[in-house]
Amino acid sequence: MNPAIRLNNIVKTYIRGRQKVEVLHGLSLEIGQGEFISIMGPSGSGKTSLLNLIAGLDTPTSGELAVAGERIDKLSSARRAAWRARNIGFVFQFYNLLPVLSAGRNVEVPLLLTRLTAAQRRERVAAALQLVGLADRSEHKPGELSGGQQQRVAIARALVADPSIFVCDEPTGDLDRESAEGILQLLQMLNRDQGKTIIMVTHDPLAANHATRQIYLDKGLLVITAARAA
Amino acid sequence: MKYLGLVWAGLWRKKVRTILTMLSVVVAFLLFGLLQGINLGMDHVFQSLNVDRLYVQSRISMSDGLPLSYLKQIRSVPGVRAVTHWSYFGGFYQNVQNNLPVFAIDASTQFAVYPKIKIPNDQVAAMRRTRTGAIVSAEIAARYGWKIGDKIPLQTSIWTMKDGSDTYPVDIVGIMDIAAYNAGSFPAFYINYEYLDEARAFGNGSVLYYIVSIDDPRRGSAISAAIDALFANSSNETTTQTEQVFAQSQIKQVGDINLIANSIVGAALFTLLFLTGNTMMQSVRERIPELAVLKTLGFSDRKVLALILLEAVFLCVFAGLIGLGLARMAFLMMGSLFGALSPPALVMETGLGIAILLAVVSGLPPAWRSTRINIVDALAGR
Repeated sequence: MNPAIRLNNIVKTYIRGRQKVEVLHGLSLEIGQGEFISIMGPSGSGKTSLLNLIAGLDTPTSGELAVAGERIDKLSSARRAAWRARNIGFVFQFYNLLPVLSAGRNVEVPLLLTRLTAAQRRERVAAALQLVGLADRSEHKPGELSGGQQQRVAIARALVADPSIFVCDEPTGDLDRESAEGILQLLQMLNRDQGKTIIMVTHDPLAANHATRQIYLDKGLLVITAARAA
Repeated sequence: MKYLGLVWAGLWRKKVRTILTMLSVVVAFLLFGLLQGINLGMDHVFQSLNVDRLYVQSRISMSDGLPLSYLKQIRSVPGVRAVTHWSYFGGFYQNVQNNLPVFAIDASTQFAVYPKIKIPNDQVAAMRRTRTGAIVSAEIAARYGWKIGDKIPLQTSIWTMKDGSDTYPVDIVGIMDIAAYNAGSFPAFYINYEYLDEARAFGNGSVLYYIVSIDDPRRGSAISAAIDALFANSSNETTTQTEQVFAQSQIKQVGDINLIANSIVGAALFTLLFLTGNTMMQSVRERIPELAVLKTLGFSDRKVLALILLEAVFLCVFAGLIGLGLARMAFLMMGSLFGALSPPALVMETGLGIAILLAVVSGLPPAWRSTRINIVDALAGR
């Protein structure tokens, strides 16, 4: 499997007040194209920091970070924003939908950064909502949808621009078991049928079991990596 | 255009706050439209006034008046075509609320100096031969239901008669059309000067001012100087001005309208700057997680800045246009009060420019702040 993401000796330090806090201590990792990775570990272990780096939301203090051969740690803020728009689909624990926009409009937001026409955007939005099973909820505002439905809208927003990598930060953390299972199956389907690379941070071992490989972090270090039996 | 939905939704995130802010902008621009409209409208009227008529008044104060004996001397100045005089009567009908623009005039010269007053010759002749005669504008006649032949007990707040009465009975002998002379401010009720002067207990032999018609408007300054030179170092020195300058100086007596209008508008817009700036700042503060999501999805700092600025532009320009539109409507509805005044296109264009400037100045600090949002911290709720 070709490595889609390569992290080499990554160190990440935050400055909190007058203190420097190192959260990742020389972490190296390769993630293959089309893998479904779950990242687990206790609070403060550096899971979200690692995810933010892979997604291009943050830059490492030192080390090398390449995605599809491109050194994203070297990109300027504006170029990283454009890179994210092209390559990354985001799914958050609390959905992070824009409350003033309808479900359809929320899904359309990433497409506003493309050169698609309004008709093409409408078509893509309808297809994405269809895929997540919410074709009939396009006009509903997030406040009018359940947690599971909101997360499905968030997944539709993540996939509408056809990115190759999905980063999911506790995507089932705010959902009941039944809704969580639905979301995880949706992510599995995207991985299996569309070949998307999925990196999911979770505290939930049941959720982590849906991944093809599990990574455990503790105190900023990679401690275990295990592949799930097919 | 594709970002319009995003901008519009952001603007209406808090409907009540947006509506209240918009109302403030509407009122400020309504005020701007009205005051600047009056200002520029007045300038327009002044410019349309005649420059071949000169006004001769007392150098000390307009209310001091001038001797009637000046008439012959002024008439003798080369370049003078005709001279007439007006004396303010301070008239009212039945009670002081029914204030009337009554002037005592010389009927034999009035219509030579103001040839665009429309009145039949026989009515002018009737005025000249009837000591108690009066000519009123068609608008005043219609307002009080007066017609030729009616006898009116005209009262004055100034000129008590020698017998102690303040009522001057007058006979309406003519009805005139004064539309050509800015009907809103032109004297619209004439009585004979001789009648007033013979009857009044004081001020006899004086007039308020002379109006001089000249042959060549280009010689207005020279003729003015010649008239004033005639009475230099006398006990009643004169100041002679064109009708345009005279009208402006009359308005100046009320106050510097321009300065007052600009001060009020300036204060309103300055206050508005803080109000809209605060609204936008608050709106951005509340939306930091949402703006962080936009940046996460790939919106650059510049795009987020543009979105916030566009919101401010929408808020100010949309509401500003409503305010300016209302000002225009107000002028149309009050057309009879303001006469020829209306907010010129320049006021609308300037107003639009100010609305855009207001939006940029008030929207820039919150827009700039939005670019400083750290995605990781904002998403973590820090």
